[in-house]
Amino acid sequence: MSRNRVIPGFGLSLGYATLYTSLIVFIPLAALAASGISLGAETFWAVVSHPQAVASYTLSFGASLVAALINLIFGLLVAWVLVRYTFPGKRIADALVDLPFALPTAVAGIALTALYGRNGWFGQHLESWGFKVAYAPAGIVVALTFIGLPFVVRTVQPVLEGLERELEEAAASLGANRWQTFRRVLLPALVPALLTGFALSFARAVGEYGSVVFISGNMPYRTEITPLLIYSKLEQYDYAGASALGMMMLVFSFVLLLAINGLQYWSLRRRGGG
Amino acid sequence: MSGVMSSLSTPGNVVVSRRAVTEAAWLRGLLIALALAFLGVFLVVPLVLVFQEAFSKGWQAYLAALTEPDAWHAVKLTLIAAGLAVPLNVVFGVAAAWSLTKFHFRGKQVLITLIDLPFAVSPVIAGLIYVLVFGSRGWLGPWLEEHNLSIIYAVPGIVLATVFVTFPFVARELIPLMQEQGVSQEEAALTLGASGWQTFRRVTLPSIKWGLLYGIILCNARAMGEFGAVSVVSGHIRGKTNTLPLHVEILYNEYQFAAAFAVASMLALLAVVTLVAKSFLEFKHQRDRERAAHAAARQEVS
Repeated sequence: MSRNRVIPGFGLSLGYATLYTSLIVFIPLAALAASGISLGAETFWAVVSHPQAVASYTLSFGASLVAALINLIFGLLVAWVLVRYTFPGKRIADALVDLPFALPTAVAGIALTALYGRNGWFGQHLESWGFKVAYAPAGIVVALTFIGLPFVVRTVQPVLEGLERELEEAAASLGANRWQTFRRVLLPALVPALLTGFALSFARAVGEYGSVVFISGNMPYRTEITPLLIYSKLEQYDYAGASALGMMMLVFSFVLLLAINGLQYWSLRRRGGG
Repeated sequence: MSGVMSSLSTPGNVVVSRRAVTEAAWLRGLLIALALAFLGVFLVVPLVLVFQEAFSKGWQAYLAALTEPDAWHAVKLTLIAAGLAVPLNVVFGVAAAWSLTKFHFRGKQVLITLIDLPFAVSPVIAGLIYVLVFGSRGWLGPWLEEHNLSIIYAVPGIVLATVFVTFPFVARELIPLMQEQGVSQEEAALTLGASGWQTFRRVTLPSIKWGLLYGIILCNARAMGEFGAVSVVSGHIRGKTNTLPLHVEILYNEYQFAAAFAVASMLALLAVVTLVAKSFLEFKHQRDRERAAHAAARQEVS
Protein backbone atom coordinates (compact mmCIF):
# COMPACT_ATOMS: atom_id res chain seq x y z
CA MET A 1 0.00 0.00 0.00
CA SER A 2 3.00 2.31 0.44
CA ARG A 3 3.23 2.91 -3.31
CA ASN A 4 -0.18 4.55 -3.18
CA ARG A 5 1.30 7.25 -0.99
CA VAL A 6 4.41 7.88 -3.08
CA ILE A 7 2.85 8.21 -6.54
CA PRO A 8 0.40 11.07 -6.83
CA GLY A 9 -2.67 11.54 -8.93
CA PHE A 10 -4.68 8.47 -7.92
CA GLY A 11 -7.87 10.36 -7.11
CA LEU A 12 -7.63 12.63 -10.13
CA SER A 13 -6.83 9.98 -12.73
CA LEU A 14 -9.26 7.36 -11.47
CA GLY A 15 -11.98 9.95 -10.88
CA TYR A 16 -11.64 11.33 -14.38
CA ALA A 17 -11.42 7.90 -16.01
CA THR A 18 -14.51 6.70 -14.16
CA LEU A 19 -16.52 9.84 -14.91
CA TYR A 20 -15.63 9.77 -18.60
CA THR A 21 -16.32 6.04 -18.92
CA SER A 22 -19.69 6.51 -17.23
CA LEU A 23 -20.70 9.37 -19.51
CA ILE A 24 -19.54 7.86 -22.79
CA VAL A 25 -20.06 4.15 -22.26
CA PHE A 26 -21.97 3.19 -19.16
CA ILE A 27 -24.94 5.61 -19.10
CA PRO A 28 -25.77 5.31 -22.82
CA LEU A 29 -25.58 1.51 -22.59
CA ALA A 30 -27.81 1.66 -19.53
CA ALA A 31 -30.26 3.69 -21.62
CA LEU A 32 -30.34 0.84 -24.11
CA ALA A 33 -30.97 -1.70 -21.36
CA ALA A 34 -33.70 0.48 -19.82
CA SER A 35 -35.36 0.96 -23.17
CA GLY A 36 -35.29 -2.78 -23.83
CA ILE A 37 -36.66 -3.64 -20.40
CA SER A 38 -39.43 -1.03 -20.58
CA LEU A 39 -40.95 -3.01 -23.43
CA GLY A 40 -42.12 -5.75 -21.11
CA ALA A 41 -41.36 -9.43 -21.57
CA GLU A 42 -44.13 -10.16 -24.07
CA THR A 43 -43.42 -7.35 -26.53
CA PHE A 44 -39.69 -7.93 -26.17
CA TRP A 45 -40.12 -11.57 -27.06
CA ALA A 46 -42.44 -10.73 -29.97
CA VAL A 47 -39.76 -8.44 -31.44
CA VAL A 48 -36.76 -10.68 -30.96
CA SER A 49 -38.52 -13.86 -32.10
CA HIS A 50 -40.09 -12.31 -35.21
CA PRO A 51 -39.21 -14.47 -38.25
CA GLN A 52 -37.42 -11.56 -39.92
CA ALA A 53 -35.25 -11.12 -36.80
CA VAL A 54 -34.55 -14.85 -36.59
CA ALA A 55 -33.57 -14.92 -40.26
CA SER A 56 -31.17 -12.04 -39.60
CA TYR A 57 -29.53 -13.86 -36.65
CA THR A 58 -29.06 -16.98 -38.72
CA LEU A 59 -27.43 -15.00 -41.48
CA SER A 60 -25.30 -12.81 -39.17
CA PHE A 61 -24.02 -15.72 -37.12
CA GLY A 62 -23.68 -18.10 -40.03
CA ALA A 63 -21.77 -15.70 -42.26
CA SER A 64 -19.59 -14.54 -39.33
CA LEU A 65 -18.80 -18.13 -38.44
CA VAL A 66 -17.77 -19.02 -41.98
CA ALA A 67 -15.67 -15.83 -42.26
CA ALA A 68 -13.99 -16.49 -38.90
CA LEU A 69 -13.19 -20.06 -39.98
CA ILE A 70 -11.61 -18.83 -43.22
CA ASN A 71 -9.59 -16.37 -41.17
CA LEU A 72 -8.61 -19.09 -38.72
CA ILE A 73 -7.05 -21.22 -41.44
CA PHE A 74 -5.52 -18.49 -43.57
CA GLY A 75 -4.57 -16.42 -40.52
CA LEU A 76 -2.49 -19.31 -39.23
CA LEU A 77 -0.95 -19.74 -42.67
CA VAL A 78 -0.08 -16.04 -42.99
CA ALA A 79 1.30 -15.85 -39.44
CA TRP A 80 3.39 -18.98 -40.08
CA VAL A 81 4.82 -17.67 -43.33
CA LEU A 82 5.58 -14.25 -41.82
CA VAL A 83 7.33 -15.68 -38.75
CA ARG A 84 9.15 -18.69 -40.17
CA TYR A 85 10.15 -17.85 -43.74
CA THR A 86 12.04 -15.08 -45.47
CA PHE A 87 10.94 -13.83 -48.87
CA PRO A 88 11.07 -10.55 -50.77
CA GLY A 89 8.36 -8.09 -49.76
CA LYS A 90 7.84 -9.73 -46.39
CA ARG A 91 7.78 -6.44 -44.46
CA ILE A 92 5.22 -5.00 -46.83
CA ALA A 93 3.05 -8.09 -46.51
CA ASP A 94 3.34 -7.83 -42.74
CA ALA A 95 2.30 -4.17 -42.69
CA LEU A 96 -0.52 -4.85 -45.14
CA VAL A 97 -2.18 -7.34 -42.79
CA ASP A 98 -3.47 -4.38 -40.76
CA LEU A 99 -5.17 -2.77 -43.75
CA PRO A 100 -8.68 -3.79 -42.61
CA PHE A 101 -8.05 -1.93 -39.33
CA ALA A 102 -7.00 1.21 -41.17
CA LEU A 103 -9.29 1.24 -44.19
CA PRO A 104 -12.74 2.75 -43.49
CA THR A 105 -15.40 0.07 -43.75
CA ALA A 106 -17.43 2.04 -46.27
CA VAL A 107 -14.43 2.12 -48.63
CA ALA A 108 -13.94 -1.61 -48.21
CA GLY A 109 -17.65 -2.10 -48.84
CA ILE A 110 -17.80 -0.27 -52.17
CA ALA A 111 -14.47 -1.73 -53.33
CA LEU A 112 -15.57 -5.31 -52.64
CA THR A 113 -18.96 -4.70 -54.22
CA ALA A 114 -17.35 -3.33 -57.38
CA LEU A 115 -14.93 -6.24 -57.41
CA TYR A 116 -17.50 -9.02 -56.98
CA GLY A 117 -20.39 -7.35 -58.82
CA ARG A 118 -21.58 -8.63 -62.18
CA ASN A 119 -19.09 -6.49 -64.11
CA GLY A 120 -16.32 -6.64 -61.53
CA TRP A 121 -12.83 -8.09 -62.00
CA PHE A 122 -13.74 -11.20 -59.99
CA GLY A 123 -17.50 -11.03 -60.28
CA GLN A 124 -17.73 -11.50 -64.05
CA HIS A 125 -15.75 -14.76 -63.92
CA LEU A 126 -17.48 -16.06 -60.80
CA GLU A 127 -20.88 -15.30 -62.27
CA SER A 128 -20.07 -17.10 -65.51
CA TRP A 129 -19.28 -20.16 -63.40
CA GLY A 130 -22.66 -19.76 -61.73
CA PHE A 131 -21.36 -18.19 -58.50
CA LYS A 132 -23.23 -15.14 -57.32
CA VAL A 133 -21.22 -13.27 -54.70
CA ALA A 134 -22.36 -9.64 -54.56
CA TYR A 135 -25.97 -9.24 -53.34
CA ALA A 136 -25.90 -12.79 -51.96
CA PRO A 137 -24.83 -14.35 -48.64
CA ALA A 138 -21.43 -15.22 -50.17
CA GLY A 139 -20.74 -11.49 -50.54
CA ILE A 140 -21.40 -10.99 -46.84
CA VAL A 141 -18.87 -13.72 -46.07
CA VAL A 142 -16.30 -11.99 -48.31
CA ALA A 143 -16.80 -8.64 -46.53
CA LEU A 144 -16.64 -10.23 -43.08
CA THR A 145 -13.49 -12.16 -44.01
CA PHE A 146 -11.86 -8.89 -45.01
CA ILE A 147 -12.91 -7.18 -41.77
CA GLY A 148 -11.68 -9.99 -39.52
CA LEU A 149 -8.49 -10.81 -41.38
CA PRO A 150 -5.91 -9.21 -39.03
CA PHE A 151 -7.16 -10.77 -35.79
CA VAL A 152 -5.92 -14.36 -36.09
CA VAL A 153 -2.63 -13.28 -37.70
CA ARG A 154 -1.91 -10.77 -34.95
CA THR A 155 -2.79 -13.08 -32.06
CA VAL A 156 -0.86 -16.08 -33.43
CA GLN A 157 2.25 -14.17 -34.60
CA PRO A 158 3.73 -13.29 -31.18
CA VAL A 159 3.08 -16.79 -29.81
CA LEU A 160 4.76 -18.36 -32.81
CA GLU A 161 7.74 -16.03 -32.41
CA GLY A 162 8.05 -16.96 -28.75
CA LEU A 163 8.02 -20.73 -29.28
CA GLU A 164 11.34 -22.34 -28.55
CA ARG A 165 12.89 -24.14 -31.48
CA GLU A 166 14.36 -26.71 -29.07
CA LEU A 167 10.92 -28.28 -28.72
CA GLU A 168 10.76 -28.98 -32.43
CA GLU A 169 14.36 -30.18 -32.47
CA ALA A 170 13.58 -32.52 -29.61
CA ALA A 171 10.51 -33.86 -31.39
CA ALA A 172 12.53 -34.38 -34.58
CA SER A 173 15.36 -36.12 -32.78
CA LEU A 174 12.80 -38.45 -31.21
CA GLY A 175 11.81 -39.46 -34.72
CA ALA A 176 8.77 -37.32 -35.41
CA ASN A 177 8.34 -36.17 -38.97
CA ARG A 178 7.53 -32.56 -39.74
CA TRP A 179 3.77 -33.05 -39.90
CA GLN A 180 3.73 -34.96 -36.61
CA THR A 181 5.79 -32.23 -34.97
CA PHE A 182 3.35 -29.64 -36.23
CA ARG A 183 0.27 -31.55 -35.10
CA ARG A 184 1.56 -32.79 -31.75
CA VAL A 185 3.97 -30.05 -30.64
CA LEU A 186 3.25 -26.78 -32.41
CA LEU A 187 -0.50 -26.82 -32.84
CA PRO A 188 -1.34 -27.49 -29.16
CA ALA A 189 0.84 -24.54 -28.16
CA LEU A 190 -0.98 -22.32 -30.64
CA VAL A 191 -4.53 -23.36 -29.74
CA PRO A 192 -5.28 -20.62 -27.17
CA ALA A 193 -4.03 -17.89 -29.52
CA LEU A 194 -5.91 -19.39 -32.45
CA LEU A 195 -9.13 -19.52 -30.45
CA THR A 196 -8.65 -15.94 -29.23
CA GLY A 197 -8.11 -14.69 -32.76
CA PHE A 198 -11.09 -16.69 -33.99
CA ALA A 199 -13.34 -15.25 -31.27
CA LEU A 200 -12.14 -11.68 -31.91
CA SER A 201 -12.70 -12.04 -35.63
CA PHE A 202 -16.14 -13.59 -35.03
CA ALA A 203 -17.16 -10.84 -32.58
CA ARG A 204 -16.09 -8.13 -34.99
CA ALA A 205 -17.94 -9.80 -37.86
CA VAL A 206 -21.24 -10.16 -35.99
CA GLY A 207 -21.40 -6.42 -35.31
CA GLU A 208 -20.05 -5.25 -38.66
CA TYR A 209 -22.21 -2.89 -40.66
CA GLY A 210 -20.32 -0.58 -43.03
CA SER A 211 -18.73 -3.06 -45.39
CA VAL A 212 -21.69 -5.46 -45.48
CA VAL A 213 -24.39 -2.91 -46.22
CA PHE A 214 -23.02 -2.30 -49.73
CA ILE A 215 -22.34 -5.85 -50.83
CA SER A 216 -25.31 -7.63 -49.25
CA GLY A 217 -28.19 -6.01 -51.15
CA ASN A 218 -30.17 -5.89 -47.88
CA MET A 219 -33.13 -8.04 -48.83
CA PRO A 220 -35.25 -8.89 -45.77
CA TYR A 221 -35.14 -12.61 -44.87
CA ARG A 222 -32.37 -13.21 -47.42
CA THR A 223 -29.41 -10.87 -47.06
CA GLU A 224 -30.36 -8.70 -44.09
CA ILE A 225 -27.92 -8.92 -41.17
CA THR A 226 -29.03 -8.05 -37.63
CA PRO A 227 -27.25 -4.65 -37.40
CA LEU A 228 -29.00 -3.65 -40.62
CA LEU A 229 -32.38 -4.71 -39.24
CA ILE A 230 -31.74 -2.51 -36.19
CA TYR A 231 -30.80 0.34 -38.51
CA SER A 232 -33.98 0.04 -40.54
CA LYS A 233 -36.10 -0.09 -37.38
CA LEU A 234 -34.45 3.14 -36.27
CA GLU A 235 -35.18 4.74 -39.62
CA GLN A 236 -38.86 3.92 -39.08
CA TYR A 237 -38.61 5.51 -35.59
CA ASP A 238 -39.29 2.11 -34.02
CA TYR A 239 -36.97 2.84 -31.07
CA ALA A 240 -38.45 0.05 -28.95
CA GLY A 241 -37.90 -2.60 -31.60
CA ALA A 242 -34.38 -1.34 -32.28
CA SER A 243 -33.61 -1.43 -28.54
CA ALA A 244 -34.86 -4.97 -28.11
CA LEU A 245 -32.68 -6.26 -30.95
CA GLY A 246 -29.83 -4.04 -29.78
CA MET A 247 -30.06 -5.58 -26.32
CA MET A 248 -29.90 -9.09 -27.75
CA MET A 249 -26.72 -8.16 -29.60
CA LEU A 250 -25.27 -6.38 -26.59
CA VAL A 251 -25.76 -9.40 -24.33
CA PHE A 252 -24.15 -11.57 -26.97
CA SER A 253 -21.18 -9.19 -27.35
CA PHE A 254 -20.73 -9.10 -23.61
CA VAL A 255 -20.68 -12.89 -23.31
CA LEU A 256 -18.21 -13.09 -26.17
CA LEU A 257 -16.03 -10.41 -24.58
CA LEU A 258 -15.90 -12.40 -21.33
CA ALA A 259 -15.02 -15.53 -23.31
CA ILE A 260 -12.24 -13.67 -25.12
CA ASN A 261 -10.81 -12.34 -21.86
CA GLY A 262 -10.88 -15.86 -20.47
CA LEU A 263 -9.10 -17.18 -23.56
CA GLN A 264 -6.46 -14.47 -23.39
CA TYR A 265 -5.84 -15.27 -19.74
CA TRP A 266 -5.47 -18.94 -20.62
CA SER A 267 -3.17 -18.07 -23.52
CA LEU A 268 -0.93 -15.89 -21.32
CA ARG A 269 -0.72 -18.56 -18.65
CA ARG A 270 0.19 -21.15 -21.24
CA ARG A 271 2.93 -18.90 -22.59
CA GLY A 272 4.17 -17.90 -19.15
CA GLY A 273 4.07 -21.38 -17.67
CA GLY A 274 5.38 -23.09 -20.82
CA MET B 1 20.24 -19.23 -26.69
CA SER B 2 19.38 -21.51 -29.56
CA GLY B 3 22.38 -20.16 -31.46
CA VAL B 4 24.68 -21.27 -28.66
CA MET B 5 23.05 -24.69 -28.57
CA SER B 6 23.46 -25.43 -32.25
CA SER B 7 27.06 -24.26 -32.34
CA LEU B 8 27.82 -26.74 -29.58
CA SER B 9 26.33 -29.71 -31.39
CA THR B 10 28.31 -31.64 -33.96
CA PRO B 11 28.10 -30.57 -37.60
CA GLY B 12 26.26 -33.73 -38.61
CA ASN B 13 23.57 -33.12 -36.02
CA VAL B 14 23.04 -29.58 -37.21
CA VAL B 15 22.22 -30.77 -40.71
CA VAL B 16 19.78 -33.37 -39.46
CA SER B 17 18.04 -31.04 -37.06
CA ARG B 18 17.84 -28.20 -39.55
CA ARG B 19 16.05 -30.40 -42.02
CA ALA B 20 13.79 -31.64 -39.26
CA VAL B 21 12.74 -28.20 -38.04
CA THR B 22 11.88 -26.64 -41.35
CA GLU B 23 9.91 -27.71 -44.38
CA ALA B 24 11.03 -28.90 -47.79
CA ALA B 25 11.74 -26.06 -50.22
CA TRP B 26 8.74 -26.85 -52.43
CA LEU B 27 6.41 -26.82 -49.43
CA ARG B 28 7.84 -23.53 -48.19
CA GLY B 29 7.33 -22.03 -51.64
CA LEU B 30 3.78 -23.35 -51.81
CA LEU B 31 2.86 -21.99 -48.38
CA ILE B 32 4.36 -18.57 -49.16
CA ALA B 33 2.50 -18.50 -52.49
CA LEU B 34 -0.80 -19.45 -50.82
CA ALA B 35 -0.42 -16.83 -48.10
CA LEU B 36 0.49 -14.11 -50.58
CA ALA B 37 -2.37 -15.11 -52.87
CA PHE B 38 -4.79 -14.80 -49.95
CA LEU B 39 -3.44 -11.37 -48.97
CA GLY B 40 -3.42 -10.32 -52.63
CA VAL B 41 -7.02 -11.30 -53.30
CA PHE B 42 -8.42 -9.91 -50.07
CA LEU B 43 -6.25 -6.83 -49.49
CA VAL B 44 -4.20 -5.70 -52.47
CA VAL B 45 -6.78 -6.07 -55.23
CA PRO B 46 -9.54 -4.09 -53.42
CA LEU B 47 -7.02 -1.37 -52.58
CA VAL B 48 -5.80 -1.12 -56.17
CA LEU B 49 -9.38 -1.12 -57.42
CA VAL B 50 -10.24 1.95 -55.31
CA PHE B 51 -7.57 4.02 -57.06
CA GLN B 52 -8.27 2.55 -60.48
CA GLU B 53 -11.99 3.37 -60.24
CA ALA B 54 -11.23 6.81 -58.79
CA PHE B 55 -9.31 7.77 -61.95
CA SER B 56 -11.61 5.91 -64.35
CA LYS B 57 -13.02 9.20 -65.64
CA GLY B 58 -9.70 10.99 -65.69
CA TRP B 59 -7.87 13.52 -63.60
CA GLN B 60 -10.34 16.31 -64.08
CA ALA B 61 -13.33 14.34 -62.87
CA TYR B 62 -11.21 13.17 -59.95
CA LEU B 63 -10.30 16.69 -58.90
CA ALA B 64 -13.85 17.90 -59.48
CA ALA B 65 -15.20 15.24 -57.11
CA LEU B 66 -12.73 16.28 -54.43
CA THR B 67 -13.22 20.04 -54.73
CA GLU B 68 -17.01 20.02 -54.85
CA PRO B 69 -18.48 22.04 -51.90
CA ASP B 70 -20.25 19.04 -50.34
CA ALA B 71 -17.01 17.06 -50.41
CA TRP B 72 -15.19 19.96 -48.76
CA HIS B 73 -17.82 20.17 -46.11
CA ALA B 74 -17.46 16.45 -45.47
CA VAL B 75 -13.68 16.88 -45.12
CA LYS B 76 -14.18 19.65 -42.60
CA LEU B 77 -16.70 17.70 -40.55
CA THR B 78 -14.45 14.63 -40.56
CA LEU B 79 -11.55 16.74 -39.31
CA ILE B 80 -13.72 18.28 -36.59
CA ALA B 81 -14.96 14.87 -35.40
CA ALA B 82 -11.48 13.37 -35.32
CA GLY B 83 -9.96 16.60 -33.96
CA LEU B 84 -12.25 16.40 -30.94
CA ALA B 85 -12.49 12.64 -30.45
CA VAL B 86 -8.77 11.92 -30.56
CA PRO B 87 -7.61 14.46 -27.90
CA LEU B 88 -10.52 13.52 -25.63
CA ASN B 89 -9.60 9.86 -25.83
CA VAL B 90 -5.89 10.62 -25.37
CA VAL B 91 -6.54 12.44 -22.09
CA PHE B 92 -8.84 9.65 -20.99
CA GLY B 93 -6.41 6.95 -22.10
CA VAL B 94 -3.53 8.43 -20.12
CA ALA B 95 -5.68 8.96 -17.02
CA ALA B 96 -7.14 5.46 -17.20
CA ALA B 97 -3.75 3.81 -17.79
CA TRP B 98 -2.18 5.82 -14.95
CA SER B 99 -4.83 4.83 -12.42
CA LEU B 100 -5.02 1.21 -13.59
CA THR B 101 -1.30 0.50 -13.71
CA LYS B 102 0.23 2.57 -10.90
CA PHE B 103 -2.27 1.75 -8.17
CA HIS B 104 -4.18 -1.15 -6.68
CA PHE B 105 -7.86 -0.73 -6.08
CA ARG B 106 -11.06 -2.70 -6.10
CA GLY B 107 -13.20 -2.85 -9.22
CA LYS B 108 -10.23 -2.63 -11.55
CA GLN B 109 -11.56 -5.45 -13.69
CA VAL B 110 -14.95 -3.75 -14.04
CA LEU B 111 -13.31 -0.59 -15.39
CA ILE B 112 -11.15 -2.61 -17.81
CA THR B 113 -14.20 -4.48 -19.11
CA LEU B 114 -16.09 -1.22 -19.63
CA ILE B 115 -13.11 0.20 -21.52
CA ASP B 116 -13.11 -2.86 -23.80
CA LEU B 117 -16.84 -2.81 -24.46
CA PRO B 118 -16.85 -0.30 -27.36
CA PHE B 119 -14.60 -2.71 -29.29
CA ALA B 120 -17.13 -5.49 -28.90
CA VAL B 121 -20.27 -3.47 -29.57
CA SER B 122 -21.67 -3.15 -33.09
CA PRO B 123 -21.26 0.37 -34.55
CA VAL B 124 -25.00 0.49 -35.14
CA ILE B 125 -25.57 -0.02 -31.42
CA ALA B 126 -23.02 2.71 -30.69
CA GLY B 127 -25.23 5.07 -32.65
CA LEU B 128 -28.45 3.67 -31.23
CA ILE B 129 -27.51 4.28 -27.58
CA TYR B 130 -26.96 8.00 -28.21
CA VAL B 131 -30.26 8.24 -30.08
CA LEU B 132 -31.90 6.72 -26.99
CA VAL B 133 -30.30 9.32 -24.71
CA PHE B 134 -30.38 12.45 -26.84
CA GLY B 135 -32.95 11.69 -29.58
CA SER B 136 -36.30 13.49 -29.71
CA ARG B 137 -37.93 10.57 -27.85
CA GLY B 138 -34.87 9.86 -25.71
CA TRP B 139 -34.13 10.57 -22.05
CA LEU B 140 -32.89 14.11 -22.62
CA GLY B 141 -34.79 14.75 -25.86
CA PRO B 142 -37.64 16.90 -24.49
CA TRP B 143 -35.25 18.99 -22.39
CA LEU B 144 -32.93 19.55 -25.35
CA GLU B 145 -35.83 20.56 -27.56
CA GLU B 146 -37.04 23.04 -24.97
CA HIS B 147 -33.64 24.69 -24.96
CA ASN B 148 -33.35 24.54 -28.73
CA LEU B 149 -30.32 22.27 -28.68
CA SER B 150 -29.83 19.44 -31.09
CA ILE B 151 -27.33 16.62 -30.67
CA ILE B 152 -28.76 13.84 -32.81
CA TYR B 153 -28.81 14.67 -36.54
CA ALA B 154 -26.26 17.36 -35.75
CA VAL B 155 -22.51 17.71 -35.27
CA PRO B 156 -22.37 16.93 -31.50
CA GLY B 157 -23.97 13.52 -32.11
CA ILE B 158 -21.37 12.72 -34.75
CA VAL B 159 -18.59 13.68 -32.37
CA LEU B 160 -20.11 11.58 -29.56
CA ALA B 161 -20.49 8.51 -31.77
CA THR B 162 -16.90 8.94 -32.95
CA VAL B 163 -15.67 9.25 -29.36
CA PHE B 164 -17.50 6.03 -28.47
CA VAL B 165 -16.08 3.87 -31.26
CA THR B 166 -12.52 5.13 -30.68
CA PHE B 167 -12.83 5.09 -26.90
CA PRO B 168 -10.51 2.14 -26.10
CA PHE B 169 -7.68 2.75 -28.59
CA VAL B 170 -5.24 4.84 -26.54
CA ALA B 171 -6.06 3.27 -23.17
CA ARG B 172 -5.69 -0.26 -24.58
CA GLU B 173 -2.28 0.62 -26.02
CA LEU B 174 -0.97 2.26 -22.84
CA ILE B 175 -2.22 -0.15 -20.17
CA PRO B 176 0.03 -3.14 -21.04
CA LEU B 177 2.97 -0.83 -21.73
CA MET B 178 2.75 0.97 -18.38
CA GLN B 179 2.02 -2.28 -16.57
CA GLU B 180 5.30 -3.67 -17.84
CA GLN B 181 7.25 -0.60 -16.78
CA GLY B 182 6.07 -0.70 -13.18
CA VAL B 183 6.48 2.17 -10.75
CA SER B 184 10.13 2.10 -9.63
CA GLN B 185 11.32 4.87 -11.97
CA GLU B 186 8.52 7.21 -10.95
CA GLU B 187 9.15 6.44 -7.29
CA ALA B 188 12.83 7.26 -7.72
CA ALA B 189 12.05 10.59 -9.37
CA LEU B 190 9.55 11.49 -6.68
CA THR B 191 11.89 10.66 -3.81
CA LEU B 192 14.53 12.83 -5.52
CA GLY B 193 12.10 15.71 -5.15
CA ALA B 194 10.38 15.91 -8.52
CA SER B 195 6.75 17.00 -8.48
CA GLY B 196 4.02 14.72 -9.77
CA TRP B 197 3.69 16.62 -13.04
CA GLN B 198 7.48 16.72 -13.57
CA THR B 199 7.65 12.99 -12.96
CA PHE B 200 4.95 12.37 -15.53
CA ARG B 201 6.54 14.65 -18.12
CA ARG B 202 10.18 13.65 -17.65
CA VAL B 203 9.93 10.00 -16.64
CA THR B 204 6.63 8.45 -17.71
CA LEU B 205 5.98 10.27 -20.97
CA PRO B 206 9.33 9.53 -22.64
CA SER B 207 8.95 5.84 -21.93
CA ILE B 208 5.43 5.60 -23.33
CA LYS B 209 5.76 8.02 -26.23
CA TRP B 210 5.86 5.44 -29.04
CA GLY B 211 2.97 3.48 -27.60
CA LEU B 212 1.00 6.69 -27.16
CA LEU B 213 1.66 7.79 -30.75
CA TYR B 214 0.73 4.33 -31.97
CA GLY B 215 -2.60 4.55 -30.14
CA ILE B 216 -3.21 8.05 -31.50
CA ILE B 217 -2.61 6.95 -35.09
CA LEU B 218 -4.99 4.00 -34.85
CA CYS B 219 -7.55 6.11 -32.99
CA ASN B 220 -7.36 8.78 -35.70
CA ALA B 221 -7.74 6.29 -38.55
CA ARG B 222 -10.86 4.84 -36.99
CA ALA B 223 -12.23 8.29 -36.09
CA MET B 224 -11.92 9.54 -39.66
CA GLY B 225 -13.22 6.32 -41.16
CA GLU B 226 -16.13 5.44 -38.88
CA PHE B 227 -19.27 4.75 -40.83
CA GLY B 228 -21.96 2.76 -39.02
CA ALA B 229 -22.19 4.66 -35.74
CA VAL B 230 -21.93 8.05 -37.42
CA SER B 231 -24.49 7.04 -40.03
CA VAL B 232 -27.09 6.30 -37.34
CA VAL B 233 -26.77 9.68 -35.61
CA SER B 234 -26.05 11.91 -38.61
CA GLY B 235 -29.40 12.07 -40.38
CA HIS B 236 -27.54 12.32 -43.71
CA ILE B 237 -28.10 16.00 -44.28
CA ARG B 238 -26.01 16.74 -47.33
CA GLY B 239 -23.52 19.54 -46.83
CA LYS B 240 -24.39 19.60 -43.12
CA THR B 241 -23.96 16.35 -41.27
CA ASN B 242 -22.02 14.27 -43.76
CA THR B 243 -18.57 13.01 -42.95
CA LEU B 244 -16.29 11.64 -45.67
CA PRO B 245 -17.42 8.00 -45.37
CA LEU B 246 -21.07 9.11 -45.45
CA HIS B 247 -20.36 11.27 -48.48
CA VAL B 248 -18.91 8.19 -50.19
CA GLU B 249 -22.12 6.31 -49.48
CA ILE B 250 -24.35 9.07 -50.87
CA LEU B 251 -22.35 9.35 -54.08
CA TYR B 252 -22.32 5.58 -54.47
CA ASN B 253 -26.08 5.30 -53.97
CA GLU B 254 -26.57 8.02 -56.58
CA TYR B 255 -24.58 5.89 -59.05
CA GLN B 256 -21.80 8.49 -59.20
CA PHE B 257 -19.26 5.69 -58.94
CA ALA B 258 -16.18 7.56 -60.11
CA ALA B 259 -16.85 10.39 -57.66
CA ALA B 260 -17.57 7.93 -54.85
CA PHE B 261 -14.27 6.18 -55.47
CA ALA B 262 -12.44 9.50 -55.79
CA VAL B 263 -13.53 10.48 -52.28
CA ALA B 264 -12.90 6.92 -51.11
CA SER B 265 -9.36 7.13 -52.49
CA MET B 266 -8.61 9.94 -50.03
CA LEU B 267 -9.66 7.65 -47.19
CA ALA B 268 -7.67 4.79 -48.69
CA LEU B 269 -4.63 7.04 -48.84
CA LEU B 270 -5.15 7.87 -45.19
CA ALA B 271 -5.19 4.13 -44.47
CA VAL B 272 -1.92 3.59 -46.35
CA VAL B 273 -0.27 6.50 -44.49
CA THR B 274 -1.56 5.01 -41.23
CA LEU B 275 0.02 1.65 -42.05
CA VAL B 276 3.37 3.23 -42.93
CA ALA B 277 3.39 5.32 -39.74
CA LYS B 278 2.41 2.27 -37.72
CA SER B 279 5.27 0.16 -39.11
CA PHE B 280 7.69 3.01 -38.45
CA LEU B 281 6.56 3.28 -34.82
CA GLU B 282 6.80 -0.45 -34.31
CA PHE B 283 10.36 -0.32 -35.60
CA LYS B 284 11.22 2.60 -33.27
CA HIS B 285 9.64 0.90 -30.29
CA GLN B 286 11.51 -2.32 -31.01
CA ARG B 287 14.82 -0.45 -31.29
CA ASP B 288 14.27 1.44 -28.03
CA ARG B 289 13.54 -1.84 -26.32
CA GLU B 290 16.66 -3.48 -27.65
CA ARG B 291 18.75 -0.51 -26.52
CA ALA B 292 17.21 -0.66 -23.05
CA ALA B 293 17.93 -4.39 -22.89
CA HIS B 294 21.54 -3.77 -23.95
CA ALA B 295 21.97 -1.04 -21.34
CA ALA B 296 20.54 -3.30 -18.65
CA ALA B 297 22.85 -6.13 -19.68
CA ARG B 298 25.88 -3.84 -19.63
CA GLN B 299 24.95 -2.62 -16.16
CA GLU B 300 24.67 -6.16 -14.92
CA VAL B 301 28.13 -6.98 -16.23
CA SER B 302 29.77 -3.93 -14.63
